[in-house]
Amino acid sequence: MLTHLRTMWLVFLHLFHKKATIQYPEEKIRLAPRWRGRIVLTKDPDGGERCVGCYLCAAACPVDCIALQATEDEKGRRYPEFFRINFSRCIFCGYCEEACPTYAIQLIPDFEMGEYARENLVFEKEDLLIDSEGKYPGYNYYKVAGLDAGVKAKGEGEKEDPPVDIHSLLP
Amino acid sequence: MTIMQHIWIVLGVLFVLLNVAAGLIWVERRLLALWQDRLGPNRAGPLGILIVLADTLKLFFKEDWIPPFADKWVFITAPAIVVGSVLMSFVIIPFAPSVVVADLNVGLLFFLAMSSLGVYSIVLGGWASNNKYALLGALRGASQMIAYEVFMGLSLMGVVMLTGSFNMGAIVAAQKDRWFIVTQPLGFIIFFIAGIAETHRLPFDIPEAESELIAGYHAEYSGMKFGMFFIGEYLGITLISAMTVTLFFGGWLGPAFLPPLVWFIVKTVAFIGLFILLRASLPRPRYDQLMEYGWKVLLPLVLANLLITGAIALWIRK
Amino acid sequence: MPTIHIDKIPYAVKAGRNLLEACLGLGFDLPYFCWHPALGSVGACRQCAVKVFKDGQDTRGKLVMSCMEIVKEGMLVSIADEEAAAFRSQIIEWLMTNHPHDCPVCDEGGNCHLQDMTVMTGHNYRRFQYKKRTFLNQYLGPLIHHEMNRCIQCYRCVRFYRDYAGGNDLNVFSAHDHVYFGREKEGVLQSPFSGNLAEICPTGVFTDKTLKEHYTRKWDLTTAPSVCQHCSLGCNTTAGERYGTIRNITNRFNGEVNGYFLCDRGRYGYAFVNSVNRVVQPLLRHRAVESVDDVTLMEALTMRMAHQKLIGIGSPRASVESNFALMQLVGKENFYQGVTEELAYLEKRIVDVLGSGALHCSSLGEIAGSDAVLVVGEDVWNTAPVMALAIRQAVMKKGFLANTTVAPSPLDEISACTLHAAPDDIARLGFAIAHLLDPSVPPVPTASEEIQRTATSIAEALRTARRPVIISGASCYNEALIRAAYAIATALDPTERKVGIAYVLPECNSMGLAMMRAPSIDAAIERTAFEHDLTVLVLENDLYRILPAKKADDFFRRFKNIIVLDSLNNLTTEKATVLLPAATFADGDGTLVNNEGRAQRFYQVFIPANQHIKESWWWLWKLHTALTAASNGHECHPDEVLARLETALPQFAGISRAAPPPDFRIHGEMIPREPHRYSGRTAMLANLSVSEPKPRQDSDSPMTFTMEGYQRIPPSPLIPFFWAPGWNSVQSVNKYQQEPGGALKGGDPGIRLFEQKAGADRVLFTDPPDAFAVRDQKWMLLPQHHVFGSEELSGTAGAIGELTPAPVVALSPRDARQLGVVEGTIIRLRMDQEEVSLPVKIQEGLCNGVALAPAGWPGMAASNWGTWVNISA
Repeated sequence: MLTHLRTMWLVFLHLFHKKATIQYPEEKIRLAPRWRGRIVLTKDPDGGERCVGCYLCAAACPVDCIALQATEDEKGRRYPEFFRINFSRCIFCGYCEEACPTYAIQLIPDFEMGEYARENLVFEKEDLLIDSEGKYPGYNYYKVAGLDAGVKAKGEGEKEDPPVDIHSLLP
Repeated sequence: MTIMQHIWIVLGVLFVLLNVAAGLIWVERRLLALWQDRLGPNRAGPLGILIVLADTLKLFFKEDWIPPFADKWVFITAPAIVVGSVLMSFVIIPFAPSVVVADLNVGLLFFLAMSSLGVYSIVLGGWASNNKYALLGALRGASQMIAYEVFMGLSLMGVVMLTGSFNMGAIVAAQKDRWFIVTQPLGFIIFFIAGIAETHRLPFDIPEAESELIAGYHAEYSGMKFGMFFIGEYLGITLISAMTVTLFFGGWLGPAFLPPLVWFIVKTVAFIGLFILLRASLPRPRYDQLMEYGWKVLLPLVLANLLITGAIALWIRK
Repeated sequence: MPTIHIDKIPYAVKAGRNLLEACLGLGFDLPYFCWHPALGSVGACRQCAVKVFKDGQDTRGKLVMSCMEIVKEGMLVSIADEEAAAFRSQIIEWLMTNHPHDCPVCDEGGNCHLQDMTVMTGHNYRRFQYKKRTFLNQYLGPLIHHEMNRCIQCYRCVRFYRDYAGGNDLNVFSAHDHVYFGREKEGVLQSPFSGNLAEICPTGVFTDKTLKEHYTRKWDLTTAPSVCQHCSLGCNTTAGERYGTIRNITNRFNGEVNGYFLCDRGRYGYAFVNSVNRVVQPLLRHRAVESVDDVTLMEALTMRMAHQKLIGIGSPRASVESNFALMQLVGKENFYQGVTEELAYLEKRIVDVLGSGALHCSSLGEIAGSDAVLVVGEDVWNTAPVMALAIRQAVMKKGFLANTTVAPSPLDEISACTLHAAPDDIARLGFAIAHLLDPSVPPVPTASEEIQRTATSIAEALRTARRPVIISGASCYNEALIRAAYAIATALDPTERKVGIAYVLPECNSMGLAMMRAPSIDAAIERTAFEHDLTVLVLENDLYRILPAKKADDFFRRFKNIIVLDSLNNLTTEKATVLLPAATFADGDGTLVNNEGRAQRFYQVFIPANQHIKESWWWLWKLHTALTAASNGHECHPDEVLARLETALPQFAGISRAAPPPDFRIHGEMIPREPHRYSGRTAMLANLSVSEPKPRQDSDSPMTFTMEGYQRIPPSPLIPFFWAPGWNSVQSVNKYQQEPGGALKGGDPGIRLFEQKAGADRVLFTDPPDAFAVRDQKWMLLPQHHVFGSEELSGTAGAIGELTPAPVVALSPRDARQLGVVEGTIIRLRMDQEEVSLPVKIQEGLCNGVALAPAGWPGMAASNWGTWVNISA
C-alpha cells in the first residue's frame, strides 16, 4: 500500500520534470548520420553511378520493395536500366545498404516523405540518384574490381599486377 | 424555491456536468501526458483545449454501426443506461447550500441504488454485443460491481451512523466541526477504492482491460454510442469525487473567503486529479486478485470499521 | 556393395565409385572443383581432400583427394576431420588470392560454384596482402563472354571443350600461375557446344553473353521445366523469365536424354520468344486492330467456321495437344500433316518401324553408352547436335563409329570408318552390311568395290559389338536410308547383343505428328483441286517453308477463309483472314514426342502480360466448344486433351502419364516456379499500379507462378530449377540425382511410347535402291543443315543470326569444274517451280552429281529436297 502511494507521489512529481516532447514542425530533431531514412543512390568520386545492378539489395530486401534491371554501357560498365523502390512497402530496415557491395545505396537522415497518394511513394532511379558520394567519400568500386569497365584498364587497379603476357615463357 | 429555480438548477447542473465530463477528455490527456514527461494535446485551441471539440465532432461523425449479430435494441439501450444512472445520482448531491436538485431524506440510499443500476449498462452492453470478449468483460463487470457495491454501501454506514441521517444535506452539515475523514479514515479509503471499482477506472478497469479483452464490454461500440460510455465514465469519476467530498471532506464547507460552491468545486477537482494520477501510476491487478482483495480484505475491514464506529457512536451517545 | 565408414558411421556404397561420388551420393557436402560427373576426376584442384585412416588404431590418418580414391570395403574416412577441413579451407584461400573482387558485376554470382564452395569451407577474409595476377580477355563470339581474371585453373573448360565435345580451338596456354584458358587468337568459338562452358565453368570466366543483354540473377528468374523446341531430340531445358521476357535457357539434367549438356542452338535459340516479330493480337482481315475484341473475334470465327467444310493443317513444331485439338475440331478425315508427301512417307516408315516393337529405340543415354555406332546417311552433327555429342562419348569409351554422310562431317575425325556418298549409295552400303550380317538378306547387286570393302569392315565391327546402335534420319529425304538402317538393326542377332536404333527427325514434334498418321499437305492440295468453299486452319506452320511460293499462293487462293494460329509473323500469317496469337514454349504448356518416342511435357514459364497469347490447343478447344455449343465456359487443360487423345488414337497410350496432373500436390502444396529468394515482388509492377496484383493462377499444371509452395525436391518432370541449401549453382543437380551422374530421383522424366515387344513381327526390307547415277546437267538437290539457321524458330535473329553461315550451294570439285565455276561464283538453281541464285562453295569430299543448298533458308522450300535441279552459271 505504501509503495503504491510512493509510486503515485513519484509519478506526481513528474509534473515538474522537463518534457521529452519535441514540438516537431517548429522544432527539429537532430538525426545521426547513420539514421535510416530515405534511400538514395550515390555517385562515384568521378561522378559515375555507383550502382552496378548486382541485385543484392533486392535480394536482401525483406519486403521485396526494390526492383531493378541491370544493363551495360559500351565499355562494359554495369548500371541499372531502371531502379525502383516502392517506399509504400519499405520498412527502412537498412538491409539493402548493408548488402550493397559498392556503397551505392544508402539510407540518409530524412524521413519527411509523407504523401497523400501511395503512387507518389514509388521512386524511380531519377528520384533516388543524388549527386554525392554520401557517407563513404572516395570509394570507387571499379578501381578495386578485376574487370575493365572503362574506369581503369586491366592491371591498373589497386593491388593488381600488370596483365600476364601469356606468350612469355619466363617463370 | 420556485419551479423556475428548480428548472434552472437542473439545467445548470446538467450543463456543468456534461461540460465537465467533456472537459475531462482534455484534462485527463494533458495530465497523463505531463506525468509521462510529454506535453499531450496542445495544438487545437489555447493549450489544446479544443481537442474536446475535435474529439466530440469525431465521435459524432464516426459511423454509428450496429453489428449484424448484435441484439439491436438492447445494444442501443445499454449506453443510455450508464449516462442516465450516473446523472440520476447527481440529483442528491448538495453542491452548495440550497443548490441541490432533490434534497431527499434517503439521499445516500438513492445514490447507492442508482450506482447499482449502472451495472446494467455493462451487462446488457456486453451481452447484446454477442462477442466473446464483450461478454467476458460484462461478466467481470457484473461480479466486480456486485462485490464492491457491498463494501461501498457498508463503508458509508459509518458516516450514516455518525450523522444519523441519509440526507446529504444533513451529512454535510454534520461535518461542520470535523470532517468525517478524521473520524472515518477507513471508511473513506474503502469508499474511494470501491468508487474506483464502481467506475471501473484504472487500476480496476478489469471489464475493459484493453490488453486482455480488447475493450471488453464496449468492444463492438462505435460513434456516439461509444461516446456515451466514455461520458458515463467521466461522469462516474465526477460523481465519485463529488460524493467523496460530500461524505468525507465537508462538501461545500470551507473558510468563508471563498463561496461554498467554489469550495465544493475545488475539492472535487482535486479528487478528479487523484483519479487520473491513479491511472498514471498504478498497474492493473489480475481479476482474481481484485475479487480476493474485495472479499477477503475489504469486507472484513469494512465490517470491523462498522463495528468500531457503531461501538464508539453508542459509547459517546451513552 | 562395400561398406565405408564416414566419421565413424558405416554406409553401404556402390563399388567402383570414387570416394567423392560416394560422399556426395550419401548427401555429404564435400567441396570440389575439377571433378564433374560427366568429365570424371583429375585431382587437380585439391579441394575434395578427406582423411583416410589405415585402421581403427590409426589416429593420424592421411589426407587424400577423395575424387582420386576408389571406395574399398571397410575404408575409414573422415570428412569433418579438423586437418582435412583446414586443408580445404586453405585451398580456397589460395585460389582466392588472385580472384578479383568481381561478384557484384559477375554474371555467375548467385549461380557460382566457387561462391558456394568458399562459403562451404568457411573462408571469408582475404589475408593475402599482395597484388593480384591479371589477364586480358578475349572476344569469343556472340555466345560466350570471357573474363579470365576470375579463373581458378580447374581445367574443366578445356576438358569439356576438347575432350568431351571435341572442339580444338579452346586451349590452355602458358605455365604455372599464368595458366590461361582461351583461344590462340581472339575469335568465335567453333564448337556448337560452346555454350556449355557457362555451366561447366565453376566460376565466372565463361558466362552466357546473351544473358548479359538482360541480366538477371538466378534467384530472380521465374523458371519452369521446358523441352527444347529446336530439334527432334527433346533435350530438357530450364527456361527463365523476368519482367515478361525470357532471359536464358539452361540445361535441365535428364540422364536418358541430354544429360548435362545442350547444344548452342538449344541454349541460345530462345530469342524468338521476346522477338518484335511475335503475333500479339488476334487479327481479322479488313478490320481495324483495335476493334477486335473477344466477342467480335469469336463471332467472326464462328461465322466463318460454322456449317463450313473445314480442313486443318497440323505442324511438326506444335505440341501434341495442339495438333490433336485441331484434329478434333476439323475431324480426323480433314486433318493433314503440315509436311511434304515425301517427308510424311518417310516419317510414316519410321513410325511403322519403331511402332512395330521389333527393335529397341535408343535414347541418347544409351547411344553414349553403346560400343558401336553406325550413322546411316544422317548429318547428325547439324541436325541433332547433342546426339553427335552422345556418339562422341561412345567413341571416347573405345566404341566403334562408322559415319556415312553425304558431305564431310566433324564426326569423321573420330570415326573408324567413313563414307561420303549420295543417299542411295549409303542405303546400298547399309543393305550390303545387312547381307553380311544376315545372309538371308539378299546381296546388293552391282555393289562397288568401295562399298563392299567398307561394308565388310563395318559388319565386322558390328558383329563383335554388344550394344550397337544404328542411327539414321529424315534429313536426306531418302526413304531407302530408313529401310537400310532398319535392315542392319534386324540383321544383327538380338540374342547376343542389345541392338538399338535411332532416327533423327526434322522438328521437335515431328514424331508426335507422324504418329497421328494423317495425310500430308500434298493430299490437302489435291483435295482443293476438286472441292471449293473450304475453310482452312493452319496450325503453327509456315507453308512457305514447305512449298514453293507459287504453289503455296495457289493453295491459299482456293480457300474462302484462312485461319492461322502462330507465334511469329511469317508469309503464311500474311495470308490469314483470321490470325490468332499462339503461345510459344515459354508462354504455354504442351507435350512433345521426341525422336525416341519419348513424350515430354514443357511447362509455361510465365503468363504474358498480353492476354491474347494463348496455347493453340486453348484456341482450338474454345473454337470447338463455340461451334458445338458443348461447353459452358469450361476451361480445358492439357491433361484432358491428352486423355481424349489416348482414347481416339491408341498409339499414344500412356502419354498422359508424361507429367503429373494439374491437381497433383505434395502435402497439399504446389511446386513454386520461383526460388524462395525471388526479389522485387512489391516493386516490379509498382510503376503501373502501387497495389500489388493477385498472383496469377495456373490451372494447367501443379505449379505456381510465385515463390510459395513445396520447397524441397519435386518429382522429376516438375523440377523448375536446381537448388539445394549451400548449393546455389547448377552443381546442385547432384542433390536431385539418385547418385552423382545418375538418373534423377524418381526416374528421368518422359514416357516412352515405343517399347520393344518380344516376338513382334519383323518387317523385312530387303530391296536395296539402285545405285546413284550422276546425270548430265542435272543435280540432285539435298539439304545442307547447319546448327545455326536451319531451324525455323531459333531462326536468324540475335546471336544465332550472327553465327548463321551465309547461304551457299555446295558442289563437288569435279562438278564445279564441269560448270566452270569457282568458289563464290553466283549460280542459278532452277527448281521445279522457282529459281534462286546463290554463291558456290566447292566442297572437298562431296560426291559428284549432288548439290547441297542451305536447309531452312527462305526461298528453299522443303519440297525441293531430293529433286533434280538445273544449275547454270
